[in-house]
Amino acid sequence: MSIITKDISCLIDNVLKKFPDDRKKSAIIESLLILQHHNSGYLTKEIIHDLANYLSVSEIDIYEVATFYTMFNTKPVGRNTIAVCNNVSCMLRGSDKILSHIEKKLNIKVGQSSADNKFYLKDEVECLAACNGAPMMQINHKNYENISIEQVDKIIESLK
Amino acid sequence: MNIKLCTETFHLNNPASLSTYVKQGGYEAWKNIVNNKISKSEVIAKIKDSGLRGKGGAGFLTGLKWSFIPLSDSDKYLVCNSDESEPGTCKDRDILRYNPHSIIEGMLIACYAIGASTGYNYLRGEFIDEQWKVFNAALEEAYKAELIGNKIFSSNLTIDIYALIGAGAYIVGEETAMLESIEGKRGMPRIKPPFPAIKGLFDKPTIINNTETLASIPKIMLNQDGWYKNIGINSSEGIKIFCMSGHLNKPGNFEIPLGTPFASLLELAGGIWKDRNIKAVIPGGSSVPVVKGDIMMGVNMDYDSIASVGSMLGSGGVIVMDDRTCMVSVLHRISRFYYSESCGQCTPCREGTGWLYKILSNIIEGRGTNKDLDQLDRIASQIEGHCICALGDAAAMPVRSFLKNFWEEFEYFVDNKRSMVI
Repeated sequence: MSIITKDISCLIDNVLKKFPDDRKKSAIIESLLILQHHNSGYLTKEIIHDLANYLSVSEIDIYEVATFYTMFNTKPVGRNTIAVCNNVSCMLRGSDKILSHIEKKLNIKVGQSSADNKFYLKDEVECLAACNGAPMMQINHKNYENISIEQVDKIIESLK
Repeated sequence: MNIKLCTETFHLNNPASLSTYVKQGGYEAWKNIVNNKISKSEVIAKIKDSGLRGKGGAGFLTGLKWSFIPLSDSDKYLVCNSDESEPGTCKDRDILRYNPHSIIEGMLIACYAIGASTGYNYLRGEFIDEQWKVFNAALEEAYKAELIGNKIFSSNLTIDIYALIGAGAYIVGEETAMLESIEGKRGMPRIKPPFPAIKGLFDKPTIINNTETLASIPKIMLNQDGWYKNIGINSSEGIKIFCMSGHLNKPGNFEIPLGTPFASLLELAGGIWKDRNIKAVIPGGSSVPVVKGDIMMGVNMDYDSIASVGSMLGSGGVIVMDDRTCMVSVLHRISRFYYSESCGQCTPCREGTGWLYKILSNIIEGRGTNKDLDQLDRIASQIEGHCICALGDAAAMPVRSFLKNFWEEFEYFVDNKRSMVI
């Protein structure tokens, strides 16, 4: 059975409507985000294969995109993605302490998922564009700004 | 002067709604252009005369950029660059969530002026939770109100605007890399020429403008000639959002006339935190040269004044550092970023950014030698100007300026294997 179910194909068709008919390749990024979202946060060879067929593009076209952009995971990751911004503005306001606190708390390093598969601590090198709310982090892409270690503890404990 | 442009709706109730925007005179400029059949060349001339400069970083004259588009009837595109990711910059994210209709109206006017029937707003992937949803909801509202789409205001004008989402890549903020990304490829910058205005998205003439630039358009069009030009100063006309971050009491976004003294901006942001002194400022996003604090205190926030102290106004991302900041650590962090974000296309950038980061890592870990500092400067000079896009320069400029301004701190770190300030 194809990974692209009827519901997902509707979503991808809506993406395709944004582009000229002969530019299906343009739909790759948003389609991959949709597919990743429906597959516990990561992409598989099967997904790449099926999307290539659906968009009539080659698998390598999709694989290139899947490995270039940092929001795509080509391996399984924990259910909740935590990204602590530690670029300059956040670093100046103590993001390194927050990051190492989370590493200790979850007993993992950046780039790893926790043993219970509940958390994935993303290796976030990019600035997340919330510099005047520093230090900040994103959990499943939701922003938490001006965070303290106590707040981080509360937020993480509230996650399932 | 208390004129607000892009931030006008920020503090109102339901700032992102169509009704809030309309109450502030929203879509009046657009209606006036369509209903009174204002010509394309008139629109371009008005933007040109206003002195509006691109607010994404390069500061290029917006009207001049528009005028490069061929007059032919072929397909053309407008792209709004909402891939905000220059470290220290966080203004477009607020316009997207608090004033999305100003972007839509600005895009409509820009599409009209350049003769494009399609406009794309490309948002960075990390905006998928909030800004993406708010902007899409605003688009839907604008379509329902028949401000966009087929036969706008019963004219024969058709313009469609779509929101696109990225998936995490700093380099896509570079305009030609963005075009590659919209075409569904890796974000690797293209060699120019041809410039996008001649051969851009899908090989068609394309104009790419920053979010804040486009959001500035409606008010400029609505007001009388000379209104925008009279804000700010000569050759830095108008107003700009500055994102104040770092060691401040009240970090935030401040939309102020260009030419405002840095000291006044610092005051708006509550001054330096913890009663400390200012040490250094990166005035326009992490890729521009760092300026010593005391020098910055005498600078005005306009293109020429900042250039006169060897830096750039850039994106308006102002990163302020207090006197306990270790400049070696800051540069190390900046170099890690550019190393990680180099797309890998050009050898000087791909290899050079890695060398810079590794040498700085050695210094930070106490394994630096005296040769390393000259080596850093030499590598940076070999990257600068030798790559397809500006990322290489963006990696090199901080290195050269940090070394130039804080040489003794780097030397101290190498000699003593620890920071001079911590």
